[in-house]
Amino acid sequence: MTVADLEHRLGCTPLIPYQDTPLVGAYTSDMLSDVMAHAPEDSVLVTLQAHKNTVACASLAGIKALVLAGQREAPPDMLEAAKAEGIAVFASPMRQFELSWRIADLLGL
Amino acid sequence: MIPIDPNASPSALLELIYRLKVKDIMTSGVKTAEPSTQLREIQRIMRENKVSGVPILDEGRLVGMISVDDIIRALDQGYIDSPAGVHMSRQLVALEDDMPVSFAISSFEKYRYGRFPVINKQRTLVGIVTSRDVTSGLLLEMNRTLEEMERTLNAQSAPVPVGQVKRVFIVQQFDYENAGRASTELKKILNDRGVERPLQRRAAVASYELEMNLVNHSLGGRLIFHIDEERVVIEAIDKGPGIPDLEKAMTEGFSTANDWIRSLGFGAGMGLPNTKRVADEFDIQSTVGKGTQVKAVIFLKAGTAP
Repeated sequence: MTVADLEHRLGCTPLIPYQDTPLVGAYTSDMLSDVMAHAPEDSVLVTLQAHKNTVACASLAGIKALVLAGQREAPPDMLEAAKAEGIAVFASPMRQFELSWRIADLLGL
Repeated sequence: MIPIDPNASPSALLELIYRLKVKDIMTSGVKTAEPSTQLREIQRIMRENKVSGVPILDEGRLVGMISVDDIIRALDQGYIDSPAGVHMSRQLVALEDDMPVSFAISSFEKYRYGRFPVINKQRTLVGIVTSRDVTSGLLLEMNRTLEEMERTLNAQSAPVPVGQVKRVFIVQQFDYENAGRASTELKKILNDRGVERPLQRRAAVASYELEMNLVNHSLGGRLIFHIDEERVVIEAIDKGPGIPDLEKAMTEGFSTANDWIRSLGFGAGMGLPNTKRVADEFDIQSTVGKGTQVKAVIFLKAGTAP
């Protein structure tokens, strides 16, 4: 799957313009240490943590896209940081469990 | 006029003017006036806000526009004290915020206006677009694209000749604004030096955990990177408060973080255990009332590990 599938196949709303790149994995967590330790590279992170530090963590872990579950709002400084780091940010009304299994489906897991 | 032909330009530029939306380049927070507002008052709004056009709203609905040309004509012909409603241009062409910028460019070409009001799906005024907005918006986006190209090109060219690098970052307690900056810098350095991604990741994990420990728990400190061909040494040295029980601190799941820190996604009690796990060498010293020093080493070449 690619980043654009989050928009076109799962109906997630892009919060900033994004680059469409391949995604090879996914991770769901709200603890940033857990994300750092276990999220795969070139992946999408499903999270409730809508703040700037999530972007720093994603950038370090090689995560390419963030999906804010439950339609969490992203503060402007988070989106600025994401633009600067080239990380896509989406929002979805779906909850973390549903987002996770639907992404797993797209990844063919 | 914008010297770009939306039908015959390089494809990279076309891609850009179709990808960028009017809302990405427009000026929002526009000053408006009502049909009853005197032209003299509108002249004042233009002068004070340094704008050349003021949309006229009637009960929130966009009904017209007064441009600086209208003001000049009013001064020339002596009706500057009459209301805007009488003299405004009523034949309005508005752009929608979701339209691609290519639309805006064609509209400037077609109508020869200096500016267009921008409305959203609900037909509410959300901004204004001048040709200046278009050119500066395009320039910014081109800059960004070029930067990205440069980065890709750099990544493909030979790694920077290896030498020793030392970097020191001051990290303040609770500075979530800059948190992660030092670690991002470290990862960039390693990437520029052509270090393999899994090793970059391990160094980033160690560095980020130590950086966040300084932010979340210390009274402030320094994060120091020493990088050479063979290893990355990451040191975190803080000014206190010190860790009373190191064994507990090294236990996964143990954390002294408060609810507020936890609400930001930190304080899982994984910081030090994570750092130790990814490091080839790990050392921690702490004195209560004085401070803590942590050192994590990651070897960059197979065979350098003891």
